[in-house]
Amino acid sequence: MERVEQQEPVAGSKGDAIRPPLDIQAHSEQKDYETIGTPFVTDPKMTARNVNVYYGDKQAITTISLDIGRNEVIAMIGPSGCGKSTFLRTLNRMNDIIPICRVEGEFCLDGDDIYADDQDTVLLRARVGMVFQKPNPFPKSIYENVAYGPKIHGLAHSKAELDEIVEDSLRRASLFNEVKDQLDKPGTGLSGGQQQRLCIARAIAVSPEVILMDEPCSALDPIATARIEELIDELKENYTIAIVTHSMQQAARVSQRTAYFHMGKLIEVGDTKQIFTMPKHELTENYITGRFG
Amino acid sequence: MSKQTSNKATAAIRASLKKRYARERRFQWYGRLAVLTGFVFLFILLADIVGKGWPAFTQHYIEVSVNLDPEVLGLPPNATREQMFTADYLGAIKSSLRAMFPEATGRKDKQQLYRLVSIGAEYDLRDRVLKEPQLIGHTSDIWLRAHAEAGSYLKGQVTAETAEADRRVKDQQMGWLDRLRADGRTESRFNTTFFTQGDSREPEMAGIRVALYGSFFTLLVTFAIAFPIGVAAAVYLEEFAPRNRLTDLIEININNLAAVPSIVFGLLGLAVFINFFELPRSAPVVGGIVLSLMTLPTIIITSRAAIQAVSPSIRQAALGVGASKLQTVVHHVLPVAMPGILTGSIIGMAQALGESAPLLMIGMVAFIMDVPAGVTDPATVLPVQIYLWADSPERGFTEKTSAAIMVLMGFLILMNALAVYLRKRFEMK
Repeated sequence: MERVEQQEPVAGSKGDAIRPPLDIQAHSEQKDYETIGTPFVTDPKMTARNVNVYYGDKQAITTISLDIGRNEVIAMIGPSGCGKSTFLRTLNRMNDIIPICRVEGEFCLDGDDIYADDQDTVLLRARVGMVFQKPNPFPKSIYENVAYGPKIHGLAHSKAELDEIVEDSLRRASLFNEVKDQLDKPGTGLSGGQQQRLCIARAIAVSPEVILMDEPCSALDPIATARIEELIDELKENYTIAIVTHSMQQAARVSQRTAYFHMGKLIEVGDTKQIFTMPKHELTENYITGRFG
Repeated sequence: MSKQTSNKATAAIRASLKKRYARERRFQWYGRLAVLTGFVFLFILLADIVGKGWPAFTQHYIEVSVNLDPEVLGLPPNATREQMFTADYLGAIKSSLRAMFPEATGRKDKQQLYRLVSIGAEYDLRDRVLKEPQLIGHTSDIWLRAHAEAGSYLKGQVTAETAEADRRVKDQQMGWLDRLRADGRTESRFNTTFFTQGDSREPEMAGIRVALYGSFFTLLVTFAIAFPIGVAAAVYLEEFAPRNRLTDLIEININNLAAVPSIVFGLLGLAVFINFFELPRSAPVVGGIVLSLMTLPTIIITSRAAIQAVSPSIRQAALGVGASKLQTVVHHVLPVAMPGILTGSIIGMAQALGESAPLLMIGMVAFIMDVPAGVTDPATVLPVQIYLWADSPERGFTEKTSAAIMVLMGFLILMNALAVYLRKRFEMK
């Protein structure tokens, strides 16, 4: 299969002079396609090559290759059912729990093959944390929610150490001041935005290297969303973050790179600014200008 | 124009509204009627059982001036405890009764006179004398347990209106009892015997304790076997087992097992546990194993449903922070599923508590007087005891049957209360 390398000039970069009229139907049936833009970076944290994902007979992702750079925030956008969440979940093997899901391709985290036979998913998920679409705190106390990960991984050797991790994680998720007097209250009793920040605190408590966020704000109001976005901005100092979002404004606000998915294909990747101001592919342009999706 | 059409639609909707509401009201009334019918039947049933069983909780006593003459008792002066134990208390009671009612002279009359007090009165008197040896040699008023038939007359269950041939309390006995009552020599007390003794041929001596302990031990064994195995099987099938033909087959068979008539499990218990493994007959341990086989499918099916109902987001959350599969299940899925699992288990246990057919097959239908001390002692269980008493011809057992049903229901309520308490505790966490 022909694949476009970063160095090679890509079709769209030649300019907008001649562009063939877009046939979406034909495009979606075509297996062989080229991702426009810069899917590869020089210092990747995670790499994915030639990824195909199938749910039973249905192909959800078609030959996607993408790098996630160190300490960057990469946003994945696209219409519903485009495979962006599926792709995100392949990065910490959360798709393993779906029996009919089959994943092909090569994935590396700092050079380690994460789909190798001897790769431990427990260790992988400790290194690549995840925040889900719907806030899903455990039906336990706030403290227990954050302390659970460090506890099962044996990261704390004493109660004091554990307390410190919990406080630190809650602080970094900018939740500590709101909940410091009610750490023993159930996490499910918090507001939606607080719950999501609790989930972020829970994810960072095990000191992951990468945090995957699957539409973390879709269930939140604008104010809570703003808090989470601020938080993502702060977190990128220490973590690599991949975020799937339906909100283009959010992608524009929080990310440095943006990847546009369409019908299981990675259409275009580029600097967020470029994607939103000068998209090269017609599908991308249609999407960000709101013509569909 | 458009306004008119919309008005037309409104009118049509309005016309149909009436019909719709009428239908809804009718439906609500059907529902109320159904609930009411259920309650009426339940009330009739309960009222009947309580009405019949209530008298069983009281026992009449007759005060007799008992002359504890050492000569009648057959005791030498300074008798030892052993001699006192084997003394002829029945003789003393009989002679005392004759002294109180000297008109009973014929053999038949005397026999009727003796039948005023229970056969057990002899042993009550013995125990009393062993405790207070100073009574020997004196005549003292002592309360003696009344015979069940005499008791049923004193309780008013049998009256003189019934033809004498149709009742076991004869006119003469009634006269004596009336005289005793007039003298204030009869008394109704709470029937402790019912709760402290095992089965007996005499209604006034029969108690529920053996059956109660038997049921308790049997259920203990059932729970100890069925709950861990059932939950483990459910967790494995739901969380770990691959979905293939084999697991489908297992699932179908578990569902079928839940519908197997319980007596089949009894036959299995008889053939396997008693004949092959030679476990003791009539023992709660065998009963418990058999009932746990019967309860297992119920627990597995309900536990699987409860585990399935746990939101996948909790599983994902746990896996997402790097919990292993087992940690996810034990730390997060099971605690959330526990209320459902407990509900299912209690339903299964309640079934087991009410089960008698399989226990008949393994000999738990025996006549047992000694209270079992453990799971290997012979015992019977509440439903079997109810069946045994319902089968007895003596009048006194009718009320005992209903009383035993009340005890069974009390046991059930207690079990349910425990389940509700446990469920609340798990839900709070």
